[in-house]
Amino acid sequence: MTTATLLSAAILFALACVVLAMVLCTLRLLIGPSAQDRVLALDTLWMCTMLLALMLGIRHGSEIYFEAALIIALLGFVSTIALAKFLMRGEVIE
Amino acid sequence: MKRWLPSPLLSVSLLLTWLMLNQSVAPGHLLLGGALAIIAPLLARPLQPHGHARLGRPLALFRLLWLSAIEIVRSCFNVTQIILLRRSEQVNSQFIRVPLALRSPHGLALLSCLINSTPGTVWVEILPEKHELLLHVFDLHDEQWWVETIKTRYEQPIIEVFETHEAKPEGDRA
Amino acid sequence: MNFAETLPWWAALPVAFLLVLGGLIAVIGTLGLFRLQSFYQRIHGPAITVTLGAGCILVASMLYFSVTQSRLVIHELLIAAFVLMTAPVVSMLIMRAALYRDLRASREAASHDEAKGM
Repeated sequence: MTTATLLSAAILFALACVVLAMVLCTLRLLIGPSAQDRVLALDTLWMCTMLLALMLGIRHGSEIYFEAALIIALLGFVSTIALAKFLMRGEVIE
Repeated sequence: MKRWLPSPLLSVSLLLTWLMLNQSVAPGHLLLGGALAIIAPLLARPLQPHGHARLGRPLALFRLLWLSAIEIVRSCFNVTQIILLRRSEQVNSQFIRVPLALRSPHGLALLSCLINSTPGTVWVEILPEKHELLLHVFDLHDEQWWVETIKTRYEQPIIEVFETHEAKPEGDRA
Repeated sequence: MNFAETLPWWAALPVAFLLVLGGLIAVIGTLGLFRLQSFYQRIHGPAITVTLGAGCILVASMLYFSVTQSRLVIHELLIAAFVLMTAPVVSMLIMRAALYRDLRASREAASHDEAKGM
């Protein structure tokens, strides 16, 4: 019984940490003075979302969250690459 | 052998990926994964302008990966300390230049992955005039130490790993 | 939650420790993103979230599912490999974009000043 309470407390603590991390990312996303700051914050937000999905998987004891985490990682990579490319080339005044 | 399995390491990792995604070692999955591992590198070959990487010494590669994993954990704790304990103005972040002797494109890709995975250093780009690497360091205390660390700890082993491949593109370019 | 009761203490302790460590590292990395001053310093903050924070939580997940289902569950290694291969590319591209934008802005400002001087 004690191991179960210990584990659930640890999961709750880690979930709270990651949610706090997501709040910090969102603040940087909102105040970020330049566009590259916002892209960096968005990328970190994707990563935090992936961690959140993994933790929810442990909390609910379900493996379906693994697929969600994999897809979140894939989408985050592709979208950040597209945004970074846009920053580099998008507003060039030729 | 060479014709059907141009890159054995890539094929093995594709097969392992397939088995892990399906979470089984049933004969059917082994067969499908094996077919994927043989066909995908053949189809992807025209997409790679430099051809598949040839590893001269795979053992040296694993040793390098292990050492850089230790380095990643160590510098994680350094960056954590800096973020928690120091004010932002006291952190001396700067760009430095590292002259590189490594020319092989696969070796450079591996080097950039290792350097960027290590927290506290970000690879910016290679300056083409003198083949120098522009690197951004989070907390610079001694530029010469960084240059020597990158040259001895990362570049030298990578040159060893891709040693056999090194001769060919040089000859092609000349 | 339903599996957690069946977990023996020798597995529960490392899983709990790794989860707490991973969460703390994730929050420290984004704290760096939040409070450092310039963009070039901020880009180093999320690097520890991506490498060590994600690594800890992935290992915890592997350990937990391997013990509760009493078979080897290692498909989290796929996410680990994917993240380790893509995170460097992302940080390098963002860094380059930032550098180009800053250089372009300073060049434009310089040419603007020149035009004004003439």
